[in-house]
Amino acid sequence: MEPRKNMLSSLWHELFGDPIRAFGVVSLVLLISLAIAPAKNYFSEWRHYQNQYLQMVRRRGEAVTLQRHFQGGIQQVWLPELGVVDRCTTCHVALKEASLADVAIQPFRKHPVIPHRLDQYGCVMCHRGQGAATTVEEAHRSTLAWEQPILPAKYTQSSCGQCHRGNLTGAAQLNEGRYLLSRYGCAHCHTIKLPAGTAMQPTDDPPSLEHVADKTTREWIYAWLKDPQAYALTASMPNFKLSDADARDISAFLIASSSAIPQDTAPVNAAKTAPDPTAGATLYGESFCASCHAVQNAAGNIVGGDVGPELTRVGSKVKAEWLQVWLRNPRIYDPGTAMPHYRFDDHQVSVLTGFLQAKTDADLLANVHLEAATPDQIGHGKSLVTEYGCAACHEINGIKRPENFAPELTRVGSKPVNQLVFLPGMAHTLPDYLAAKIRNPRSFGAALKMPQFSFTPAQVDALTTALLSLTDRSQNLPPSMTVPALPVSNYQPAGKAGHLMADLACFSCHAINGRGGDMAPDLSWEGSAVQQQWLKDFLKNPNTLRPALIRRMPKFNLSDNDITELTDYIMTVYQTPAFDRDSMPAGGYPPTLVEQGKQIFYSKYGCQSCHIVDSKVDKGYVGPTLTQVGSRLNAAWVYNWLKNPQALRPGTTEPNRGMTDDDARALTAFLMMQKGTVKQEVKK
Amino acid sequence: MKRFLLTILVAAAVMAVSGCARKSPGAELKPTAFGSALVESSGGKQIGLVGAALAQPLVVQVNDDQGAAVPGALVDFSGPAGITFDPAKAITDSSGQVTTNVALGGMAGRYELTATTFSKAHKIINLKLEEIALGYQQQLGQQLNERYCSRCHDPESTPERVSNYDNLEVKPHPFTEGEALNKLSDADLTAIISHGGPALNKFVLMPPYGLTLSKAEIQALISYIRLVSDPPYQVSQMVYGGK
Repeated sequence: MEPRKNMLSSLWHELFGDPIRAFGVVSLVLLISLAIAPAKNYFSEWRHYQNQYLQMVRRRGEAVTLQRHFQGGIQQVWLPELGVVDRCTTCHVALKEASLADVAIQPFRKHPVIPHRLDQYGCVMCHRGQGAATTVEEAHRSTLAWEQPILPAKYTQSSCGQCHRGNLTGAAQLNEGRYLLSRYGCAHCHTIKLPAGTAMQPTDDPPSLEHVADKTTREWIYAWLKDPQAYALTASMPNFKLSDADARDISAFLIASSSAIPQDTAPVNAAKTAPDPTAGATLYGESFCASCHAVQNAAGNIVGGDVGPELTRVGSKVKAEWLQVWLRNPRIYDPGTAMPHYRFDDHQVSVLTGFLQAKTDADLLANVHLEAATPDQIGHGKSLVTEYGCAACHEINGIKRPENFAPELTRVGSKPVNQLVFLPGMAHTLPDYLAAKIRNPRSFGAALKMPQFSFTPAQVDALTTALLSLTDRSQNLPPSMTVPALPVSNYQPAGKAGHLMADLACFSCHAINGRGGDMAPDLSWEGSAVQQQWLKDFLKNPNTLRPALIRRMPKFNLSDNDITELTDYIMTVYQTPAFDRDSMPAGGYPPTLVEQGKQIFYSKYGCQSCHIVDSKVDKGYVGPTLTQVGSRLNAAWVYNWLKNPQALRPGTTEPNRGMTDDDARALTAFLMMQKGTVKQEVKK
Repeated sequence: MKRFLLTILVAAAVMAVSGCARKSPGAELKPTAFGSALVESSGGKQIGLVGAALAQPLVVQVNDDQGAAVPGALVDFSGPAGITFDPAKAITDSSGQVTTNVALGGMAGRYELTATTFSKAHKIINLKLEEIALGYQQQLGQQLNERYCSRCHDPESTPERVSNYDNLEVKPHPFTEGEALNKLSDADLTAIISHGGPALNKFVLMPPYGLTLSKAEIQALISYIRLVSDPPYQVSQMVYGGK
């Protein structure tokens, strides 16, 4: 201790021993401390990058132009409407330099092409991060808990979703994520209020369990609860990771609480015939069940649509009596089902039942042995059903639908990181948290209720993107900056035809006036497009218009009265205001005009690359076959379609050829002569 | 005083060493065998989104002189900045293969990846692989391709979409066909897409899309065509490493 004290006192003496020396030392210290601020500025990161950039461009051919574009000092984009202050362009100096496309070094890369001007929205609107910061660390990594770090590139589309509330071309991942949020029923449990004031609606339509005992057995329910994907690979029901006892008790409760179907459900009284697999397969094919229902084939591939449930093992699930009732009229069991009411006769019902009942899997229920349920088990099952929120998705007798069962996700994209509980070893960012939560919810605690979904990594990314778009900024945007989604249409056709269309579930595949599916053509203007007789024939016996398509219009076995009712309604109501359907004659065109139309069909416009007029010569498989187009379509529709296809059906594949009126008239004349023959029709 | 400084120095050195040691978890991987060739099993030439994981994992196999699989060899993956491998280093399994999940970097373009292993004589054996990342523009182009082009330009049929390629007497160029398409400038491609095949004395069956697609959409389509062409259109589309 002693020598150090001596050292200090000698040091003091050295520096401040006499007044002149002390004055010199103090002046020096003052000078140095005054120089700190300018030095800090001089040695700042952004100045370093700007110098580096100037050095880089000096060696390039277009150096003079680049130097002229360059502006030194702190650069700033200020968007008071959005509360955005962006200084990113201070270091990212070359975002707009098209000639620097070959530079891959950051921060000097040119910005890739996007549909917006860079100075219109700045950088943080899309990339997040701290726009006002002027150091790399503060701008990108955002060390403070309430700040948003830079968004990883794979989630950038989430920022599009802040303003674009509807489907957005070019943002496939965002669209997919939003679709999955509805399709997998996230919105059943999590409230997601959209900025427009509505809430996101789930589209998965989980079945009601009020009459479940009529439909299936307790053993199947048990196996399903334990692992839904073991029954159907494509099942959207998540796995709740239930213990054997819990699955036993829930299945006991669901069977005990089930009530009988209220309507007359007398079994089909067709003579009990041995199942005929060939007839069944034919009827299954003819009815185009595969348009909506998938089946796993021998190679393990899922083949078919995803509107209805997968049927690979349906024989191990449903009871034969129930299936007959369902096939005869699905609306008896579920009035809101997407399945059409096919008018099958008793024989067809029994053939199809036999065919579907043969689709069994012996392994599925081999190890399920359940004793008769005790009242205790049923009671415990009921409390589990309440606890897991089963009624948020399914209607269950005696259980109320829970409100706000899971945390609201309306502003989840702005959730501060300090409100999140991370797992050890995971990156402390919101995107990583959301992705981990979607991928494996129970890894955050075995007692959590959120079940395990079976999403692919790409689906997890898409869902995370959609969730990250639900930000404070999105909720608070000025209305002038938003692009609203198309309004949800609850269009309902009127009268008897309306009842028929609901019964046939037309909206499951076709859209009309903004409501309905996209599997089949939009019918909003069908009355302007087709001829009445053709529509009648088509509804009676739908033949193939587009040979390349697998999904086709099924035959509903409609009565003549029903067909007339539907045809009259469609022909009268679904008319476009764009033209008068009687403005062109259906036939009687001069032969020279027809011949001219034929010439330009083949030579000038090359229509045969996509269409078939003469089935012996033409091979085009993209658009509909035109061999009978003169008996199918209305002449004025053909003419107007040729003039501008997208005007009649936005997004249709056929390009707008900018045809002259003369060419369009000649082609219409040629096409209207393609009447086909009855013989050909039978062959097809 | 000196001793105090020394203690601090030693402590700092120990901390630095231990800190560095924790940063290289793959250090304990020791190969038990060595191969003489590295081949791709699957997962090359995939098209993904910038920054996102590729749909399929990358699988490479280490073989010996006779072409038999070598289990126990060490394979190392590397690539340009931004790309990540999980795992970046692994020992071949019983079938001589290593599987890694690849996530591409934040820039659109082609990514050249390298898988590396060592022979018995410590000679480096490299395998170059390529993956493609789509940015906004190329992704839009891909969507437009699906809607308007692929029915004729893609010879492969899928269960959802039957290809029209075989029905056409003059075959359209698949967009991967770099040898033919790379000879056409952007202006040429724009002309063909906007005005149809006859614009450049090509076949009449290629219809014009100038009134159907916007300028930006045609540019997006071209940037997609350029990105997927094989061989690559321009070297500048490669994403290089470095900071």
